[in-house]
Amino acid sequence: MSGDILSVAGVSKHFVGRRGVLDALRGRPMPVVHALEDVSLAIRRGETLGIVGESGCGKSTLARCLVGLHQPDAGSIAWDPAALGGRPRFRASQMVFQDPFGSLNPRLTVGSALAEVVGVHRLRPKSEIGARVRELLEQVHLPADAAQRYPHEFSGGQRQRIGIARALAAEPLMLIADEPVSALDVSVQAQIVNLFLELQERLALTLVFITHDLRLVRHLTERVAVMYLGRVVEVAETQALFADPRHPYTQGLLKAVPTIAQATRPAGPAITGELPSPLAPPPGCAFHPRCPIAVARCRTERPALLPDPAAPGLARERSAPDAHRVACHLAPQAAATAPA
Amino acid sequence: MNELLRVEQLGVVFHAARGRVYAVDGVDLAIAPGEVLGLVGESGSGKSVTLRAIARLLHEEAHITGRVLWQGRDLLTLPARALEQVRGAGIGTIFQEPMAALNPVLSIGLQIDESLRAHTGLDAAGRRARARELLDLVGIADAASRLRQYPHEFSGGMRQRAMIAIALAANPKLLLADEPTTALDVTIQDQILRLLLRLVSELSMAMLLVTHDLGVVASTCDRVAVMYAGRLCETGPTAQVLHAPRHAYTDALLRALPGEGAARARLQPIPGMPPRIDHPSPGCPFAPRCTHAEPRCDRERPAMQDVAPGRASACFAQDRLGVAA
Repeated sequence: MSGDILSVAGVSKHFVGRRGVLDALRGRPMPVVHALEDVSLAIRRGETLGIVGESGCGKSTLARCLVGLHQPDAGSIAWDPAALGGRPRFRASQMVFQDPFGSLNPRLTVGSALAEVVGVHRLRPKSEIGARVRELLEQVHLPADAAQRYPHEFSGGQRQRIGIARALAAEPLMLIADEPVSALDVSVQAQIVNLFLELQERLALTLVFITHDLRLVRHLTERVAVMYLGRVVEVAETQALFADPRHPYTQGLLKAVPTIAQATRPAGPAITGELPSPLAPPPGCAFHPRCPIAVARCRTERPALLPDPAAPGLARERSAPDAHRVACHLAPQAAATAPA
Repeated sequence: MNELLRVEQLGVVFHAARGRVYAVDGVDLAIAPGEVLGLVGESGSGKSVTLRAIARLLHEEAHITGRVLWQGRDLLTLPARALEQVRGAGIGTIFQEPMAALNPVLSIGLQIDESLRAHTGLDAAGRRARARELLDLVGIADAASRLRQYPHEFSGGMRQRAMIAIALAANPKLLLADEPTTALDVTIQDQILRLLLRLVSELSMAMLLVTHDLGVVASTCDRVAVMYAGRLCETGPTAQVLHAPRHAYTDALLRALPGEGAARARLQPIPGMPPRIDHPSPGCPFAPRCTHAEPRCDRERPAMQDVAPGRASACFAQDRLGVAA
């Protein structure tokens, strides 16, 4: 097993919102969005880690912290120096965005956009930049003449290939893909998913795949972290998580996903109620207002993300890095009520 | 079949600056009372335009041909006043983005009242009572105070519920739903789909559900119609179509989905790109991307043919498919 490439420890990120004049006169405090609260996570070299959750769970904020687009307010994000191998950390991870069109300069040809990245990071002598651009286009299966064209001349799937090539141009150790295929049609989605799989094999990349699409996570990732209202509530190997979800939120989320195989919706809603405001997250376990099995303790005491004592194989190795971790006071009971 | 709505050879052509766009081309559909029909396809397949043509919600530049028969009358030729009676009273519509469909400067209560005033004979007190009833029906708690609120004070899921309440104000027999859960999170999608299914059965209403999500179709629709490049590929009972497709496009689409199969195996993408609908092909629009294509697919347009009871497909390869992967 390879070691951790990146350790996220106790990371929090708050955004201060705006208040109206009246609220300011009344002396009300500025509203604060708790986007990330005490998130700890280790990312292993070469793995594909899925981060899932619904809108507002903090998954995109976490992604932005990982690539350094946001500075966390608390906690640390530390690279393994050996893995970095002298690479500056801002180049070690690169982001692939949902809408590559929004992240590509419309006035630059694809070739100049890629050459710019190579040049800025001084990765190749000037004379070799052209060859490197051709190589990058080849890696994402775009024709060589794409270099002379502008982003608007490409279809959605091709643009995402350009976005991936731009990320690869910096020669990163890790790609962080934030909903990279959500805007694409199913038939094109599969092409991009295959590209990620292929690049990962060829370039030994670590991939953090952020999405709300649980079907994709199940197919593509090796480990999954489930987030709810700024916190990681469950982390496990993908297979274990889908076979035996421990957190009531994860259970509900899996139940809510419509699948082809299932002819009818299972009885009863997967999760009742709506996401509470991240401006005022509930005390205790943030999921308790919607949780079907919450008890008094859940309303006051926040559960820590701990290896699940009921998960198989844990007696052996409680601190094992691949332990199934869950933040729920009632994890054993939750398992008992899990859908078969 | 006992039919509530019948669509015959529906065609929609937009005259854009750069030429004609053939958005819908020769679509036949029928919806039985109480039935949930899914209309599924990728972007640009013409599924939403079909729905809008049925409700006559397309703007003037759209050239619509064919017939949309509702209780013996063709909605496409109905005069404006008669059409308003059908809309709302007979046919309700909900959209993907309720924020765009709701009026931001009117309270939810006023917007429901507007619909009730247009389509029912209730007096003011009756309408107020009915508005509260409607909010209860769609699962919005604390109806009295919610009616005074504005759309921006509602969450995405609650806005969709409010829009459903407005659509239901006049007890429609058919609900046209255009990607009603696409903008919502999966747990809220689950709640809204359950709500729609409950309303369909409690109010004996039929529903035309337009979606791109085959999973949504599988768990909500009695029958499904698959569209590609403005044309109908196949229709039939949902489970049959999804488990043994008889059109090469449906087959390819299902294979492209990440399944329950081997993790991290390569998916089977559909090669090539979605078709251009400004230059329709004389043959099958899917032929350039189709692994089953034969020479005639490029030249000859396959006609919709019955392939089994209640199932039809427009594919020359229909007999070579149907073997589940």
